[in-house]
Amino acid sequence: MQPSLIAKFKNPERSNWQGHLSSEAYLVLEDGTVFKGKGFGSEGIKYGEVVFTTGMVGYPESLTDPSYKGQILTMTYPLIGNYGVPSKEIKENGVPIHYESDKIQVEGFVISKLMKSNHWASKKSLDEWFKEEGISGIEGIDTRALVKKIREKGVMMGALVVGDYELDEIMEKVKKLSYDEMNFIDKVTPKEIIVHEPENSNKSIVVVDCGIKYGILRELLKRGFKVIRIPYHYDPIDVLEEFNADGILFSNGPGNPALLKELIKKAQEVIEYNIPTMGICLGSQILSLADGGEIYKLKYGHRGINKPVKDLKSGKAFVTTQNHGYAVKAQSLNEFKVWMINIDDKSVEGIYHPNKPIIATQFHPEASPGPLDSTWIFDVFSKMVKGEAHGF
Amino acid sequence: MVSKVLVLGSGAIKIGEAAEFDYSGSQALKALKEEGIETILINPNVATIQTSHEMADKVYLLPLDIKFVEEVIKKEKPDGILLGFGGQSALSLGVALHDSGILEKYNIKVLGTPIEGIKKALDREKFRETMIKNNLPIPPSKAAKSVEEALKVAQEIRFPVMVRVSFNLGGRGSFVAWNEEEFKGYIVRAFAQSEIGEVLVEKYLKGWKEIEFEVVRDKDGNAVAVACLENFDPMGVHTGDSIVVAPSQTLTNREYQLLRSAAIEVAEAIDLIGECNVQLALDPKSEEFYIIETNPRMSRSSALASKVTGYPLAYIAAKLALGYTLDELLNGVTGVTTALFEPSLDYVVVKMPRWDLEKFENAKRKINTEMKSIGEVMAIGRNLHEAFQKAIRMVGIGDELIGKYYESEESLEKVMERIKNYEPYMPMHIAKALKLGASVDEIHEITGIDKFYLYIIEDLVKIAEALRNPDEETIREAKKLGFSEEQIKGLSKDSIKESIPFVKQIDTLAGEVPARTNYLYMTYDAQENDIPYIEKPKVLILGAGVFRIGVSVEFDWAVVNFANAAKKRGYEVIVLNYNPETVSTDWDINDKLYFEEITLERVLDVYNFENPDGVIAFAGGQLANSLAKKLEQKGVKLLGTRGTSVDIAENRAKFSKLLEKLNIKQPPWIEAKSIGEVLAFADEVGYPLMIRPSYVLSGTAMKVAYNEKELKEYLSLATKVSQEHPVVVSKFLDAMEAEIDAVSDGKRVVGVTLEHIEKAGVHSGDATMVTPYRYLKEKHVKKMHKIALELALALGIRGPFNIQFLVNDDVYVLELNLRTSRSMPFSSKSRGVNLMELSAQAVFDGKLSLGSDYKYYEIPAKAFAVKSPQFSWSQLQNAYPFLGPEMRSTGEVASLGFEFEDALLKSWLSVKPNKMPRSNILVYGYDKDVPTLLETVKFLESLGYNVFTLEDSLSYGNALSKEKAVELMKLGKIDLVITSGYAKEKDYFIRRTAVDLNVPIVLDANLGYELSKAFAWAKKNCFEVKELSEYYGPKLQRVVSEPLEELV
Repeated sequence: MQPSLIAKFKNPERSNWQGHLSSEAYLVLEDGTVFKGKGFGSEGIKYGEVVFTTGMVGYPESLTDPSYKGQILTMTYPLIGNYGVPSKEIKENGVPIHYESDKIQVEGFVISKLMKSNHWASKKSLDEWFKEEGISGIEGIDTRALVKKIREKGVMMGALVVGDYELDEIMEKVKKLSYDEMNFIDKVTPKEIIVHEPENSNKSIVVVDCGIKYGILRELLKRGFKVIRIPYHYDPIDVLEEFNADGILFSNGPGNPALLKELIKKAQEVIEYNIPTMGICLGSQILSLADGGEIYKLKYGHRGINKPVKDLKSGKAFVTTQNHGYAVKAQSLNEFKVWMINIDDKSVEGIYHPNKPIIATQFHPEASPGPLDSTWIFDVFSKMVKGEAHGF
Repeated sequence: MVSKVLVLGSGAIKIGEAAEFDYSGSQALKALKEEGIETILINPNVATIQTSHEMADKVYLLPLDIKFVEEVIKKEKPDGILLGFGGQSALSLGVALHDSGILEKYNIKVLGTPIEGIKKALDREKFRETMIKNNLPIPPSKAAKSVEEALKVAQEIRFPVMVRVSFNLGGRGSFVAWNEEEFKGYIVRAFAQSEIGEVLVEKYLKGWKEIEFEVVRDKDGNAVAVACLENFDPMGVHTGDSIVVAPSQTLTNREYQLLRSAAIEVAEAIDLIGECNVQLALDPKSEEFYIIETNPRMSRSSALASKVTGYPLAYIAAKLALGYTLDELLNGVTGVTTALFEPSLDYVVVKMPRWDLEKFENAKRKINTEMKSIGEVMAIGRNLHEAFQKAIRMVGIGDELIGKYYESEESLEKVMERIKNYEPYMPMHIAKALKLGASVDEIHEITGIDKFYLYIIEDLVKIAEALRNPDEETIREAKKLGFSEEQIKGLSKDSIKESIPFVKQIDTLAGEVPARTNYLYMTYDAQENDIPYIEKPKVLILGAGVFRIGVSVEFDWAVVNFANAAKKRGYEVIVLNYNPETVSTDWDINDKLYFEEITLERVLDVYNFENPDGVIAFAGGQLANSLAKKLEQKGVKLLGTRGTSVDIAENRAKFSKLLEKLNIKQPPWIEAKSIGEVLAFADEVGYPLMIRPSYVLSGTAMKVAYNEKELKEYLSLATKVSQEHPVVVSKFLDAMEAEIDAVSDGKRVVGVTLEHIEKAGVHSGDATMVTPYRYLKEKHVKKMHKIALELALALGIRGPFNIQFLVNDDVYVLELNLRTSRSMPFSSKSRGVNLMELSAQAVFDGKLSLGSDYKYYEIPAKAFAVKSPQFSWSQLQNAYPFLGPEMRSTGEVASLGFEFEDALLKSWLSVKPNKMPRSNILVYGYDKDVPTLLETVKFLESLGYNVFTLEDSLSYGNALSKEKAVELMKLGKIDLVITSGYAKEKDYFIRRTAVDLNVPIVLDANLGYELSKAFAWAKKNCFEVKELSEYYGPKLQRVVSEPLEELV
């Protein structure tokens, strides 16, 4: 928008169509494609794997989801920012309810249209939040065109450029980067043990925190568990014994699980130890790898809140939240059995150990964002931890 | 598994029940057919697409009444029944069939949600108990069975309260009362509108957000929420009259999931198998919410949600009713994923209602809890700004969100008054108010509309003002935000470079999985097309657009039937339409569906992108046809009759010249530019006169004046006559009215002749039609046929057309429409010949398969067929019920019978709320109608009816005072009212009371007379219960009329 035009209005910042900004912005993809749009948030260059999610609500949750570390997130839904940025002070058991961690985790944010917000719980606009946290966003691009490109070519590395930079150099760098070979967990795992204790807690869970979503914490705390979050390189069994805890949870997290050799070894020990254990997303992949299973990379991942899953044990089917780029090969599992599958592409969505109290899901039973139709999986885990159910 | 299933339709289109049930019924029939199940459909709505043998194996055009349905059941012996696809009418009827033991007696299984579940949803008190039992929050409320009880509840809950009516549709009778006085004013009417005499009084949640979820659930309890719709208008506006946005815009994930989970729990609580919609209210300042209601059936919202998402709810619901589970069913859009998912949209949708309130004298303009809109549109965009702007263009009121009204001289005070009154098309008033200096906060304060939406309108106002002095960037931005070329030209006073918008696909999964269907829209807010240009034989068919008074499902019938005929001939069929209620906007029906505006600009965009072999403008009725000449001028190839011929037929002066040349009579007329000219004309031709002003100050736009006094009064009070606003005055003939629905290939004409029961002066759309004719003289019919042929040859008609005639001692042509007509589905089904197939012969094959060159051929009649209009008086608060030259009915029904009386009565009984009178009939009327009415009174008395008249009318028999007549109606002691003409000063309260209390009312003396004859017939005879093909089939019992073959 030309400055002369903005000057025509008394209150230019109050507008959707010519407000926020703004400098020119570019999304540069490793295949040479460049999308031009308008920047918001902070200026700068951010690199990451360009992925998309099809959820139509829950952008604050997605933005703060540590699993998106190392990724530039595209929203397929075109209007973003509608309800602003909810207050972090709205909490449940001490955990903010609209956040999945305490900051924005994505490397960059790609949307079609940034909206002027209105909501009682909102404290600021998306643009303000991005500026505060030094994150860049791009709007005004045809996100559907981008999604179709990713759908056809698979996920790609890319750079989000807000401001006046030399694109050729950036493109060169993008081509050299590989998401699959980078470790992002170090950026999201806690530095030391963090303990959350709800009122009237009885049992405790050790969480191997590879970048846990607050949603998982909220589900555990809601069920009366004391939660002991440990850095992912700690030994969970040591902590379990030290705290006299009752179960272990391998959390979600970013990146390629095959790189996490030490963690896989610890997971083998946990399986051996035979204690109620749950894995979510990355955690499920870690348990599979510990079982001698193999993982593979999906062409463009499963990211959305409308993903159909079928429970092969009960025959029930339901809609889940998913955010993963890798999946487990069903035939490669040894002791573990397939519990659930994705109805559309038949990929593994849940595994269980036939003789031990161990379950894991590829999808996110805590949802957040997404439908609450699979939170019952925490009830299953809870029963195992409380000794009301043995194995599965 | 069942093998033979009875499907109940929804009957005539009325406010609250429209073509969406043709769409959902058609989908259900398709779903059954795929399973090899034999389908039997009962639906008297002759104009629907579902009432054909392509859709159902057996089609009964009969009243949706328990007795008729039982007869059909006896005859057909179905083993299953579907209740959820014919709106509230079918659902209520289904419950009645169950309660009366008929379903059990004939061993018929209710497919889908069990009756007990349906009752939990429909009965207000059961619903309340069910919600409480399941820990689902409902607003403080209580059901009441009497006026006194209701008032007590209201006092307990405290005002303001909202009163909802059990077992009804369109929110009829419901209201918001702020105090006791208001409450007392409305409560009697509310009870009268309930089929079970029950209302629910609840706390009025002023300003709360209204959210709807569409839930599907299978027999195993798997459930998904297919769509979330958010109302632009807060609680207090009926959903049918609300502007609806999808997906939800202002909900956080938490709010969304809370409501979604609750909606699914509601579905579980009523044991849903199939589809339901759940309405919820959410506090705009917290996460507190209430369940408002649920409809365990396909609804207006579910039809909308299907179009919004691409998820075919009715089709899936029918399969679930048959026992499938969601994960077993395929998502037809992708062909690889299943029905167990929740569609993700990468576009936004705005549904806008269309009101026609100005057509009704005295009707309230305030939008509230009772639905008043006639139709709706759905606009798709990549942003909401665009979708809102498209939606206002689509409602077809001749304006833009920012257009003529925006630029008009109206004070802020006046605009704010409209906003306070909550008048139709709020976004236009809001835009104008913002332009004139009102603030978003102020408007939010008054209306409760979420500021998120107001900011969008504010953006549009800002850009509109910037467009007055634009640069290229502003124009580009304006186009992205949905400004039309016309709008930009109007604001910038500058012509702009034309460019084609991008074509985008709707695929249910936001681009994640390729779609194999072509469900498309256009936008400037994009950078690439989703589909490539492919060269092949194609036709572009323009749809009917928004339904309004005069344009309804019959034109969708024409579009779909013509599309089928084109498809059969190997063309890729591209349909352009934007009405979410229709079958033609089902992506499954056409090769390509552009869900877009039918404006010159957008038709040219689609044309230029697709480059089809030609455009069909005649199928969709007036809207599409009016573009014919303009399209032709832009170089578009029209198929069918030339645009210049269409123009001759539409232009009064040109058409007169043609008639004169052909020596065809028409009633004398002039276009007068002053009152003096009108008076001179009156002197010349005499009274009565028909007056059609081009500018109306108040009331109706057409009027018959019987003397100079009436003429002067009307011209001075109701209209403005001037150079700029001429008035068309024609001699009004005391005559019969008749029509021909026909098709020509340029050489021959094949047609159906229709006779009106009402005399001239009643709009063709409001008339009761019968075919074959009964009173017309053969020489006049011959002349009509000759005229049809002459006009077809003179204008080179290729395709469908309709001529309206006046017949007294000679034949006069009233008008010629070179397009499909409202009555064509009726004409077609009365004879078992599809006029759209014939039209396709004319357009594509060059020759009709019936008739012979230079002859008129009447398709032989095999039975009597009668078409009756359905009015929605009770829904239009305060409107005065009468018949006149302007159309006011909202729908129609028809029945066939080997005897006229049988066909007439079945047709009339198919209209709601008509019932056979038991004993008491009120007959009254004035002036010229008195003789016929008197005869009717005497005849009815001879049949043993107890007939009342009014003191000031017929001076005969058992005359009542008006007060007494109203009182008797309120006591339920009057079974039928027969009157005629227009006498608002004398009988407003009589007519209004009748329609408010659902007392059947006949508004024409001739019809009253024919009905009384039919009542006599019914005393001695039984109704015929026959399927359509039994009338057409080779084994006809007898032929009622000799075919009028080749008379010319």
